[in-house]
Amino acid sequence: MSENMKKDLELDIKNLVVEFRTDAGVTQALNGLDLEIEKGKTLGLVGETGAGKTTTGLSILQLIPDPPGIIVDGSIKLAGEDVMMKSEKEMEKIRGQQVSMIFQDPMTSLNPVMTVEDQIAEVVAIHEVDANGKPIAYSDAIKRAKEMLELVGIPGDRGTEYPHQFSGGMKQRVVIAIALACNPKLLIADEPTTALDVTIQAQVLEMMKGLRDKYGTSMLMITHDLGIVAEICDAVSIIYAGRVIEHGSLEDIFDNTRHPYTEGLFNSLPDLDHREQRLKPIKGLMPDPTNLPKGCAFCPRCDYAMEICQTQKPPRVYRNDEHYVECFLYNEQNIKEGGVIGR
Amino acid sequence: MWKYILKRIVALIPVIIGVTLIVYFIMSLAPGDPAVTILGDQATPEAIEQLREEMGLNDPIIVQYVRYMFNLCRGDMGTSYKTKKAVSVEIFSRFPATAKLSIVAVIFSTIMAIPLGIVAAIKQNSFFDGFSMIVALLGISMPIFWFGVLLQLLFSLKLGWLPSTGNDYWYSIVLPATALGFHNVASVARITRSSMLEVIRQDYIRTARAKGVSYGTVIKKHALRNALIPVITVLGIQIGSLLAGSTLSETVFAWPGMGRFMIASISGRDIPSVLGCIILFTLCFSVCNLAVDLAYGFIDPRIKSQYK
Amino acid sequence: MAKNNTNVNGEAVVKKQNQWVEAWKRLTKNWSAMAGLAILVIIILAAIFADVLYDYDNVVIKQNISARLQAPSAEHWFGTDEVGRDVFARIVHGARISLAIGLSANVVSLTIGGILGACAGFYGGKLDMIIMRIMDVFLAIPGTLLAICIMAALGSSVTNVVIAMAVSGCPGYARIVRSAVMPVRDMEYVEAARAIGCTNKRIIFAHVIPNSLAPIIVQATMHVASVILTIAGLSFLGLGISPPTPEWGSMLSAGRAYIRGNSYLTMFPGLAIMITILALNLLGDGLRDALDPRLR
Repeated sequence: MSENMKKDLELDIKNLVVEFRTDAGVTQALNGLDLEIEKGKTLGLVGETGAGKTTTGLSILQLIPDPPGIIVDGSIKLAGEDVMMKSEKEMEKIRGQQVSMIFQDPMTSLNPVMTVEDQIAEVVAIHEVDANGKPIAYSDAIKRAKEMLELVGIPGDRGTEYPHQFSGGMKQRVVIAIALACNPKLLIADEPTTALDVTIQAQVLEMMKGLRDKYGTSMLMITHDLGIVAEICDAVSIIYAGRVIEHGSLEDIFDNTRHPYTEGLFNSLPDLDHREQRLKPIKGLMPDPTNLPKGCAFCPRCDYAMEICQTQKPPRVYRNDEHYVECFLYNEQNIKEGGVIGR
Repeated sequence: MWKYILKRIVALIPVIIGVTLIVYFIMSLAPGDPAVTILGDQATPEAIEQLREEMGLNDPIIVQYVRYMFNLCRGDMGTSYKTKKAVSVEIFSRFPATAKLSIVAVIFSTIMAIPLGIVAAIKQNSFFDGFSMIVALLGISMPIFWFGVLLQLLFSLKLGWLPSTGNDYWYSIVLPATALGFHNVASVARITRSSMLEVIRQDYIRTARAKGVSYGTVIKKHALRNALIPVITVLGIQIGSLLAGSTLSETVFAWPGMGRFMIASISGRDIPSVLGCIILFTLCFSVCNLAVDLAYGFIDPRIKSQYK
Repeated sequence: MAKNNTNVNGEAVVKKQNQWVEAWKRLTKNWSAMAGLAILVIIILAAIFADVLYDYDNVVIKQNISARLQAPSAEHWFGTDEVGRDVFARIVHGARISLAIGLSANVVSLTIGGILGACAGFYGGKLDMIIMRIMDVFLAIPGTLLAICIMAALGSSVTNVVIAMAVSGCPGYARIVRSAVMPVRDMEYVEAARAIGCTNKRIIFAHVIPNSLAPIIVQATMHVASVILTIAGLSFLGLGISPPTPEWGSMLSAGRAYIRGNSYLTMFPGLAIMITILALNLLGDGLRDALDPRLR
């Protein structure tokens, strides 16, 4: 692990455990999640609904709804500093400035009774300071808000309008403008395009890519869409039942798929070159997070499940410095060879 | 904006016609001959018949109604059977007292209720939340008149702090307004709480938090205005029950208002006075509801955009 | 809940029953609703067996001047009133009157308002517009004021109180039933029922109404409370039920003359009203939480 020390990490999550404790029982949202993003790079966090993707994003901002959510264990380091050690006041300085988050549904993410420019200016007014170190004047914040609108492709004079006067794609642009208004070091994008039409999706994605490159922002792209990952990410973490089960560079994951679940995700996509092939969806549903299997969480849905999978948690096996997988199918020797065993 | 207001006022006209028609028709069901009421039992049949003809009582009810409405538009509500004075004079001499009582009660209850509901929502499941919601539940379960009697018993008879009846001092209004407003405090606090609870779970609150806005500011700046939208609806409905409730409060505290006059007129079979009171109350209610509808626009831009 | 989602369509009927069983289970977990229900059961039992407990003519109505204005004691738990009648016996019989009027006015309002609302919501179009415009006009008159108006015209009697309360309750029910029916009308299973040739009447009674029950039950519980409160108010004003009939509001009104020395005469009828309304509100709140699908 000595290599890790050398890497310049913007985000470093280790063994994060988050539980939601309600009367109905304890939901284990995250079970020892590890995540690393290098400065300026984009990591794709890929998984099904309910795998703990959004919880991961909210944990970084310390915005897990509490109650019922509790961070039980682990550490979250932003540029080397543990956010878990920070006070609420310190976190407020980090949110929106050092780390921003774009939420999934632009329709509900904006305050319906505030003008769009006020919502952008708010984040500017909180964080930005003038030359003397004093908070900037609100009129300057509004000016910056209009600039941000132009930047995301909305005429600045529409800033005085309210969210209901905007289309879904435009709302998401506004949300992105809010997120980028203070040039954050890290941008968490939680399925930013899921709620949008396909054509708008491409536009928004392209715009985000451009802005990321322009400002050198690190990004955590939370998605279930492998197409988006291929488009925008440098590295990929596959999350299942609150744990990263395979992680590697884009090439590692796309060309040297190892975990049966990752394999299943790819097989669920239609392949235009081989249209005669039938889709092979992953059977069944995510395990109930209040009652996870004792062994490998994917075991009940896995075509290659063995006896050991039912009783023990699989260890982590590395294929190279970065690419690892958590599956009993592999050991130090066979992981370097071909694809998924049995393929 | 003005066009919208005008449109709403125009839309109010058929409602007012309908309301007056219903009230007029119901009151016409009252037994007994108004001419007999005025002239007394000893009057001759000829005299009664003559008066009936003069008053237009022999015309069909719909003609009587149209005539009444025509006079109403000129501010003429007929003549009281009892005092022989114009009903409009009788009513408008008492209207300010009732208006004062209702307005003080509305303001008092709103100022109390909204912060109470907000704090209860923010501190959901705390002792304060539980305690204030139990008090609110008691408040909506307690009849206005009984609460009024209890206030009288404690603050006037036992402690002697406040006058138990009348409107002789500026502080005379404290007890009747409290009795009238308490019911409102309870229901407005309850709706504020539940509305606030719904709003603070919304995505845009999370967005605001993710921007680095402190929790207190999020509540004040983002949650409150959204949470108030359903509260305003309830306030509009509450005004209706408040107007009717003022009758009870006025009766308990002998407050010299329209409600008490109406009750006295009912027992005196003074139909024009009763009719006038009920119609004026209803008109007030309609106007208040219109005001509440227009108030939406100031809070909710989604409704404001419909003004155009 | 997750299990319900995996049910296939064929099990819809089972699910429907489960829904009521589940709602009941949720209700039993809500201690305040259960407290309300318990109080209500006691009041209802008192109302039903009022005649067994106290003879109406000899205890509740008959005056006994020699025993007038006695403070609460072992013999007269709530004391005696200005003409020597036992206040507790009168309150027990008052429960019978309040509940009987509250329930019967509700049944009438629900029937008339429900049919109007169901027709408006189900047929839509012009009929809907006409019915709802008329209801809007009624709703533009505050309920209590409409009741006062009707009582002023008709004079005070038990029947007239029921009429007044029933009329003023109709528009509220019409609205609720209409808004409950409207979304149900467009559901697949109603379309399916129409596709297999059910008549409109059958669809309304077999499909639409059972599925609109939840909000109606909640409204009915709350409305009984408001009717009882209004009756007491009317009687207090001298417009509702007149003495010597033991109605809580008129008892309170009569007791006010003796408030200086015999405040229990106003205390106990008021408490009776408050506890009854409180119980109904507790139960209504609990029912709403248990039945409201949005909170699930």
